Amino acid sequence: MNVFADILSGTILFAVPLILVALGGMFSERSGIVNIALEGIMIIGALVGCLFLSAVAKGSWAPGMPQLTMFLAILLAGISGIVFSLFLAFASVNLKADQTISGTSLNMLAPALAIVVSWAIQGSGQTTIYIPTWIKITQADFGFAASSAPSFFERFAFKSFYLTTPIAIAIIVIAAVVLYKTRFGLRLRACGEHPQAADSVGVNVYKMRYAGVAISGFLGGIGGLAFTIAVGSGFQSGVSGYGFLALAVMIFGNWKPLRIAGAALLFAFFKIIGPMSQNIPFLPSFSGVKSSEYIYLMLPYIVTMIVLAFTSRRSLAPKAEGIPYDKSLR
Amino acid sequence: MRKTKDNVGLNLRGGGAKAVKAFLQKPGAASVTASVLSIVIGLVFGLIVLLCLDAGRALPAFTKILVTGAANPDKFAKVLYQAAPLIMTGLAVAFAFKTGLFNIGATGQYTVGAMFALLAALSWKFPWWACLILAILGGAAWGAIPGLFKALLNVNEVITSIMFNWIGLFLVNLVINNVPEMLGSYYGPSGAERTARLAVANPDAIIPKWGLDKLLGSNYMNIGIFFAIIAAIIIYVILQKTTFGYELKACGLNKHAARYAGIKSGRSIILSMTISGALAGLGGGIYFLSGVAEYVLTKSLLATGFNGIPVALLGASNPIAVIFSGIFISYIFVGGEAMQPEFTKEIVDIISAAIIYVSALSLLVKTGLEKLAARKKREREAALETNGVEAVAAAPENGAEFIAAAPENGVPLEPTDLAPGETGRGILPDAVLKNREEAGEEEYTASRRPSGEPNIDMSAENDNTTTDGEEAL
Repeated sequence: MNVFADILSGTILFAVPLILVALGGMFSERSGIVNIALEGIMIIGALVGCLFLSAVAKGSWAPGMPQLTMFLAILLAGISGIVFSLFLAFASVNLKADQTISGTSLNMLAPALAIVVSWAIQGSGQTTIYIPTWIKITQADFGFAASSAPSFFERFAFKSFYLTTPIAIAIIVIAAVVLYKTRFGLRLRACGEHPQAADSVGVNVYKMRYAGVAISGFLGGIGGLAFTIAVGSGFQSGVSGYGFLALAVMIFGNWKPLRIAGAALLFAFFKIIGPMSQNIPFLPSFSGVKSSEYIYLMLPYIVTMIVLAFTSRRSLAPKAEGIPYDKSLR
Repeated sequence: MRKTKDNVGLNLRGGGAKAVKAFLQKPGAASVTASVLSIVIGLVFGLIVLLCLDAGRALPAFTKILVTGAANPDKFAKVLYQAAPLIMTGLAVAFAFKTGLFNIGATGQYTVGAMFALLAALSWKFPWWACLILAILGGAAWGAIPGLFKALLNVNEVITSIMFNWIGLFLVNLVINNVPEMLGSYYGPSGAERTARLAVANPDAIIPKWGLDKLLGSNYMNIGIFFAIIAAIIIYVILQKTTFGYELKACGLNKHAARYAGIKSGRSIILSMTISGALAGLGGGIYFLSGVAEYVLTKSLLATGFNGIPVALLGASNPIAVIFSGIFISYIFVGGEAMQPEFTKEIVDIISAAIIYVSALSLLVKTGLEKLAARKKREREAALETNGVEAVAAAPENGAEFIAAAPENGVPLEPTDLAPGETGRGILPDAVLKNREEAGEEEYTASRRPSGEPNIDMSAENDNTTTDGEEAL
């Protein structure tokens, strides 16, 4: 049973960054901007969040208030993500540049910038930014001691519980409500479907698109920090393609918040059973094949492709995504 | 929006009086100017980053970026050696862009191509040319998959490419681990994590050097760069001079219109991706059959595939320009390595990112300059008219104003007398084209307008619409 608790908690741990970033991408694309720069935004968010955490870890007050510190780190990661995403917004909204190109350039910029900044701050060759371990939420935070033989639930809940998890859950709900139940959400979607129509009834398309990209920057930045936490070995100037995966999850989730959450969980589940396959009795172990871990590493990608093959005929992308909005083209 | 060839027709019609202006208004020249401008801005940005990091050592380091690649024959050979795979992956991305697809999977196709080349070389002991053919086939197969998924199942090629990058990487690692002859450890005590050296395992599989290594005094040099250049020329010919290439491009520009014209759009998408993958696969073969490089087992995607994207963008997806942009990117990479250890070589990535970002904006700068020129011209003409002189020059020069005004609509005007090969519109996403189609009516009339007719108010009209839009609330 312990294995299943571990699998479940691991699934959630890895699903959190995907959910956050894919939701971010959803907001951007729903406003009509293809945000291929999510990978770069994640890196910048992770960089700033981790730098903050590693800096305050040396002080005395931060370890005393771990969750408040973590909250600040998350906030900083989000804000830095916004700042970085504004480059994309400026290029694609104001200057009507090609969104794929400007996004690609930001993706190239971010990891290089991360290395340069971490070297500048930590010294030459010090690429890894280590984050403190006390950011994890433990039983003690809830006022009871960890039991020596944890129950299924305890193991599931506290194996890897970070502040990013409840925040991600809250954001799924908020995203769904904002997108479907508020005036802002309606206008945002209108700008992604038919900006000319939205403009004709008085919606400021430029502002809406800026808002969409900024939200994606915020969520992408948080997602970057969440990813670094999930990996657990510190920040190494990259997020191993998770930004692109989030893009896949977003399309897989058909640009809808709840489906995105489901898609992210599915992907994370297949991601996590790879490293755990040794402990799961009924999974084939491929003992005749050398380095069989690669088979399991391929699994999440293959599963995603199979599911996409069956579902994508009904896939409905926002109609106006990728098209720079020009008022004179009504 | 990228600089496009669409303005060709209009521009020629304009026929500027002054040679320099005429030259600058030629889209080819304008593209080159824009690219050079982007490069300069990117380099200046890199210099600023260096100055921020360590002002004292910034200038020597910056000089290293600029001159190392040409400092000695050995470094120059290294530039060419690294340029060959970059040009190939750049071509892969550029070709897909031209046909309306975004092949972000060049890295996967490159890796699979490299694996097939190495499998043939190390396990089956094939000669080098057979290995290269297998590399092409491997890359083509890996590229065909996203094409098939898009054509048959309506899955976005970006997603499939990303997924198959990782599947390809892990598959390649799996194969190499399970074919003992491929690993270095089969031939010697070390090298369990990398493929065997070709010189030891199968010298026949090393791409011949034809004396170039002696000419430049460098082991890096082989004829791989010529394969890249030939491939670029072939792709250029296919895209610009053949019906087949025209069909592929037409399909990328507007799938529905292409289908209406009798082009099988699904087939075109699959073929485009297959060719694109084949190019990337050949790049992998060229690099890993050089005799200098070994494939190191890794769990992260190879950068060469991704660097094909900036190469293609800097070359504006023109196959011939990709040769130069590939050499340029390789050149500053070599310079960046020489900066170490004072500075990290990633500074060069920052420079190339800045170049791409600026080049995405360069059209705007270009448009701005042209507008400025047009306004000056108009003022001068107005002055002439008040002097009672007939403004003869006005008529032909309206052509230039078309160009200035066109991108303001978001869509360059469509020249009506476009030659079949001239539609190359770079890398616009489907949606843009769809939009363009909707706006087609308007463009059409605009471009049909006789060039002699005064057209001065055109931009003013646009301004009016803009203010209208702002008022509506």
